[in-house]
Amino acid sequence: MKRPQRLAIIVLAALFVAAILSAVAPANSHARQYRDLPGARPSAAFPLGTDELGRDRLARLLFATRISLVLAPAAALAATLLAVMVGGMAGYFGGFWDKCAVRAIDLMLSLPWLFLLLAARALLPLNAPPIASLIMTYGLLAVLGWAGPARVIRAGTRKLRESDFILQASAGGCGKLRILWRHLIPNLKPILLAQLWTTIPVFILSEANLGLLGLSASEPFPTWGNLLRDLESPFSLQPEGFAPLAVVMLSVACFKLATPAQEYHT
Amino acid sequence: MDGYIVSSAAPRASKAMQTYCRFLISRIGALAGTVLLGGLLTAVLVRVSPGFLVDERELDPRLSEASRASIEQEHSANRDVLAFYIHRLGRMAMHADLGDSPSLNRPIAQLLRERFPVTLQLMAAGMAGGWTLAFLLALPSVMYRSRLFRGLAGSFHQVLMSLPAAAMAVLVFDWGGPVRALVALVICPRVFEYIRNLLEEAYAQPHIVTARAKGLGDARILLRHVLPSVAPQMLALAGVSVSMAFGAAIPVESLCDLPGIGQLAWKAAMARDLPLLVTITLMVVVMTQACNMVSDWVSFRERQT
Repeated sequence: MKRPQRLAIIVLAALFVAAILSAVAPANSHARQYRDLPGARPSAAFPLGTDELGRDRLARLLFATRISLVLAPAAALAATLLAVMVGGMAGYFGGFWDKCAVRAIDLMLSLPWLFLLLAARALLPLNAPPIASLIMTYGLLAVLGWAGPARVIRAGTRKLRESDFILQASAGGCGKLRILWRHLIPNLKPILLAQLWTTIPVFILSEANLGLLGLSASEPFPTWGNLLRDLESPFSLQPEGFAPLAVVMLSVACFKLATPAQEYHT
Repeated sequence: MDGYIVSSAAPRASKAMQTYCRFLISRIGALAGTVLLGGLLTAVLVRVSPGFLVDERELDPRLSEASRASIEQEHSANRDVLAFYIHRLGRMAMHADLGDSPSLNRPIAQLLRERFPVTLQLMAAGMAGGWTLAFLLALPSVMYRSRLFRGLAGSFHQVLMSLPAAAMAVLVFDWGGPVRALVALVICPRVFEYIRNLLEEAYAQPHIVTARAKGLGDARILLRHVLPSVAPQMLALAGVSVSMAFGAAIPVESLCDLPGIGQLAWKAAMARDLPLLVTITLMVVVMTQACNMVSDWVSFRERQT
C-alpha cells in the first residue's frame, strides 16, 4: 500500500471514529435547540457555533458524517452486488442475456446521472418522515448506481471466461453456477473492490447534490447535503460555514486516494 | 499489374462501404430501441409513483359530483401508461405535437424552444471551456515532464473532483462569479486524466521521441505530430462529455436561476409533470445517444483505417 493510500485510510478512520464517539458520548445532541443562542459564533461549548435554530453545528456535522460514512458504503455495496448479478451473469452466460444486459446498461448510462437521480427521487414522496426519506435517498443510489460497475464487471468476466483455468474446470465437469461462484467471482475480487471504492465517493457527491436541491433526507435529520444548504445563507461568509464542505471534500478525496488499483483495464 | 490493382480496389471499397452501412444501421437501430425503451421506462416510473393522478382540486368541498367526475376524466388519458405512451409517440411522429405541460399550462414545444438555447449555450461554453482547461492543465506536465506541474495539475483536478457540482454553483452564484463557466469546472476534472494519459502515450511514441531528440520545436511537435494522433480519441470522448455537460447544467440552472432545460427538468420532476418529463427524457436520451453514436463512428473509422 502506497503512502497516500495509507494516509487516506487513516483520515477516513479518524473521521469515522470521531463520528462514532459523538454517538457514544455526545457533547450536544444534533436535534437540541438552544433557543437563547441562535446563530452563535464558535465558542468552547460550540466549536462551530449554532445554526439559526440554535442547534450545535458540530454535533450536526458529526451526525451527518456518521450517516454518510455508513450509508454511502452500504449503498455502494448494494449497487456493486447488483452489478455483479447483472454484469457477471451477462459476461459469463453471454448470448441473449448478455444482449439484454448491455441494452439495459446502455440505457442507464445514456441518461445523465443527476437527471436520472433527480427524476427518480422526485417520483417518491417528498414529505416522507426523516428516516424514510434517508433510506429512500440511499436506496435510490443503490438501485440506480449499478450500471457503471456492471459494464466493468461484465468486461472482466468475459476476459476471465476465456482463461485456461475456467476451461479446465468446465472440461472437468464443473457446473456453470459452480464455476461462477467458486472460480469467477473470487478472481473478480480486485475489480469488485475497485468498483466498490470508486462508487462510494460518487454516492457521497450525489447525496450532497440532492441535498442542495432539497431532495435528500428531510429535516431535522442532518446529512452532508442538507448541511451544505447553509452555503446559500449569509452564514457561508464566515469561515466555520465551510466546515461541512471541507469534510465532504476531504472524505471524497480520501475515498478516491484509497481506491485500490484495478487489475483489469476495460 | 495496374489492371489487377484497379479491379481489386473497387470490391474493397464496396466492402468497406457495406461495413460502414451495417455499422450505421445497427447503431441507428440501437439508438431507436434505447430511446423508445427509455421513454417507456420513464412513463412507467412516473405512473407507478405515489401520488400520481391525485389532483388537489378534488379536495375542494364546493365541487359537485359532476365537476369531480370531469376532473377525473382529465386524468383518465394518463391512467393506462402504455396507451398514453403509444398515443403520445403517434402524435409526436404524425403531427410533431409534443402536447401541453399540465403543471406549467403551456405547450411543451414552446417551453423547449424557449429554453433550449440557454442550455445549449451553457453546455457548449462548458464543454469548450472544460476541454481547454483540462488540456492546458495536462499539457505542461506531459510536455516538460515536470513534477511541479504534475503536482499542481493533479491537486487542482483532485479539488474539483471532490467538490459537489451544486455546492460549486451556490458558491459561484453567492460570490457573483461567472455562473456560465461552472459547467466547464465540472467537466474539466472528468476529462483531465483521460487527456493526460492520451498525451503521455502520444509523447512516448518513437517518432515523437526522435523528433524531440533532433531538436524540433515544442510547438511544431504538438501541432504537427501530437494533436493529429490524439484528435480522434479526444473527439470520441467529446461525445461522452455531452452527457456530463447536461448533468452539470441541472444543478447550475436550478440553483443559479437560469431558465434552461435543466431547470425545466427539475420543475417537471418536482411537479410530477408526466408529459413534460417523458418529452425531456426522450430528448436527453436522443441527444446523448446521438453523440455517443458519433463517437462510436469516429472510433470505428479509426479502427478501420
